[in-house]
Amino acid sequence: MSENLGSGILLVRGSTFADGTRTDILVRNGLVAELGAGLSATGATAIDAAGLLALPGLVDLHTHLREPGFEQSETVLSGSRAAAIGGFTAVHAMANTSPVADTAGVVEQVQSLGEAAGYVTVRPVGAVTAGLEGVRLSEIGAMAHSRARVRVFSDDGTCVSDALLMRRALEYVKTFGGVVAQHAQEPRLTDGAQMNEGLLSGQLGLAGWPAVAEEAIIARDVLLAEHVGARLHICHLSTAGSVDVVRWAKARGIAVTAEVTPHHLFLTEQNASNYDSRFKVNPPLRRPEDVQALREGIADGTIDIIATDHAPHPIEAKDCEWDAAAFGMVGLESALSVVQASLIDSGVARWTDITRILSEAPARIGQLSGYADGIAVGKPANFTLYDSSASRTFGIGDLRGKGVNSPYLATTLPGRVIVTVHDGYTTVVDGELVDADVVAERARAWRTQKLGTGTHTAGAHHG
Amino acid sequence: MRHLLSTRALGRDEAIGILDVAEDMADVSQREVRKLPTLRGKTVVNLFFEDSTRTRISFEAAAKRLSADVINFSAKGSSVSKGESLKDTAQTLAAIGADAVVVRHHASGAPAVLAQSGWIDAGIVNAGDGTHEHPTQALLDAFTIRHRLHGSAARGKSLDGVAVTIVGDILHSRVARSNVWLLTTLGASVSLVAPATLLPFGAEGWPVSVLYDLDEAIAARPDVVMMLRIQSERMHAAFFPNAHEYSRQWGLSDERAARLRDASIVMHPGPMNRGLEISSAAADSHRSTVLEQVTNGVSLRMAVLYLLLSGSTEPRESQSGPAATASTGPDQTTIEK
Repeated sequence: MSENLGSGILLVRGSTFADGTRTDILVRNGLVAELGAGLSATGATAIDAAGLLALPGLVDLHTHLREPGFEQSETVLSGSRAAAIGGFTAVHAMANTSPVADTAGVVEQVQSLGEAAGYVTVRPVGAVTAGLEGVRLSEIGAMAHSRARVRVFSDDGTCVSDALLMRRALEYVKTFGGVVAQHAQEPRLTDGAQMNEGLLSGQLGLAGWPAVAEEAIIARDVLLAEHVGARLHICHLSTAGSVDVVRWAKARGIAVTAEVTPHHLFLTEQNASNYDSRFKVNPPLRRPEDVQALREGIADGTIDIIATDHAPHPIEAKDCEWDAAAFGMVGLESALSVVQASLIDSGVARWTDITRILSEAPARIGQLSGYADGIAVGKPANFTLYDSSASRTFGIGDLRGKGVNSPYLATTLPGRVIVTVHDGYTTVVDGELVDADVVAERARAWRTQKLGTGTHTAGAHHG
Repeated sequence: MRHLLSTRALGRDEAIGILDVAEDMADVSQREVRKLPTLRGKTVVNLFFEDSTRTRISFEAAAKRLSADVINFSAKGSSVSKGESLKDTAQTLAAIGADAVVVRHHASGAPAVLAQSGWIDAGIVNAGDGTHEHPTQALLDAFTIRHRLHGSAARGKSLDGVAVTIVGDILHSRVARSNVWLLTTLGASVSLVAPATLLPFGAEGWPVSVLYDLDEAIAARPDVVMMLRIQSERMHAAFFPNAHEYSRQWGLSDERAARLRDASIVMHPGPMNRGLEISSAAADSHRSTVLEQVTNGVSLRMAVLYLLLSGSTEPRESQSGPAATASTGPDQTTIEK
């Protein structure tokens, strides 16, 4: 074992689980070794977690890491750091890189960069269609069988709008046990669209992005999924009508899962009213009624997960007129705080729900093992210690990725991540990132240990 | 007034104040020497990212009659078309020393972004942004209506009780939007007439009545009919089948014009498509205010530049403001906001 791992033993004292249980957590050899009160271990590094919530490591099913190709916006390393400071221990890297993640080579490269960085488990998402062009399928089988063992396929950023191609994608991905994650946006109905279509877009003179453009695709795709017996995942639901369609589909027994972003649970189209391009995002911010419906969709289980759609952009992509600005906002660093504000502090959900929708369920959809039982003895130690009583005015200083296009700057948000533990080693301590070279060394030691012992955990992260 | 970005943000008294100053400016325009020294030493930049010769020369004439230095910056063929950003352009103009920037931009909200950005300290006048607003056009339209109704007694008056019908491509029209907010603020009742495809989503939530039938609107005997330019390329995007059908359903034909009250006025922001949205006879009739609108545009834009640039706290080279030259003008304290 490497010296940089120290003893490799962590003892978290006095943490509170999501269900209210108070417990110590003993971590040894990358695994949760013991849970309970009054634990002790010689040589352990002790972490005082009194008053802190211990949540299982957060899993983001929808992250844009931008590498390869757009390293001025984000890299796998910088995005991994943003994830860790937000309490995440795994992220799924979207395919709209350059080159597009549509071959085994690209997804293996992204996977390797993630392993080298070591802050989080990076699971590449493969493109559904070659070059995201929506014309022919990408090398789905090659990506599924590659070292990255891709299980989630998405053209996110564009919709697989051709109905026949979508049908084929659902069927073909089923062959490899994967899932298609659809960015639901009917392209003709959203030609040049800039913001939610409604009273406000008419006043502002911005081209509207109507709710029906999302809902029509979701309705079509759940019926296609039913017809061919495939799994379907819907990215970033944003409208009340979409919640209704998914609720209907689930009642019918269709194998559909749905995600919502923190920003769609917290912000409304009203934020666009002074043309501040930080609030330009796709799908757009919607009406307060939609925010309410999305929260209700979380409460009744219609929406399975929260995913960030972390979308970093260089400053110049936002420092301009609304029409010219890029779509997207960063979200990894703020996600848990925004979720607390939207769901916990408003009484919509409890922390046990949060562990499900931000960790267990996204891991299940992404087929990432080790997250099914939360923080549990014998499982890889992936968790975060969160101070839900904290409050801060969110600022650029709270961001750790390259992008500063956060819509929450100067907003008061609750909560703060104090510690993040990934595969048994700390990536965040005292609310600050552990140095990159230390984390990289710990990750290297962890991989060596896995290879050396050949334990069941080796496959756990690539399931 | 720091900036003029929209009419939606204008209060009733503020709007009436601008129209009253424009009356003073119109008086100046009647004089033998149609020039005031008020803005001597000030630099006004006309920053046009879209071609609009009419609007640009109107602002240019207005600034020159106030003795300001005028720089015309057309984005076409300049560094802007080679990828220079709005930010760099704004900072360049700030470095040159622009006191006011009159901006026409294809993107809705671009003037608001300029005003909020900190890139430039100058007063910003929105000369038309995307499909958002064109506030000086609406102000000159309101001025024209008020002047037609009240003549030289117009000062201080609102448009209470005036019925205005706006016809045509409301969806893509910044002129319509600015007029809806301003005319209703001034007390007019506004109705919009268009095919449903050319009405903005949610227009029923605006403080207007919405009709599809122009004949029904004319039967209601409006005081003002404002025809908007229809762009023939809209038919390719399936907003309407063809020009012929549009003209038949929503054009102000000779026959429809004849059904208007004699005192009703016909307005058009120009440029007109004669024979499409308006017949030549209607455009040239005694009801038409098309050329008055152009004339009044200069007076109104003089008023806006004056209110923007001759703040009362700044040292003045001359005491000859418009109130000093126009006997019926309001006093300085009410016009220098």
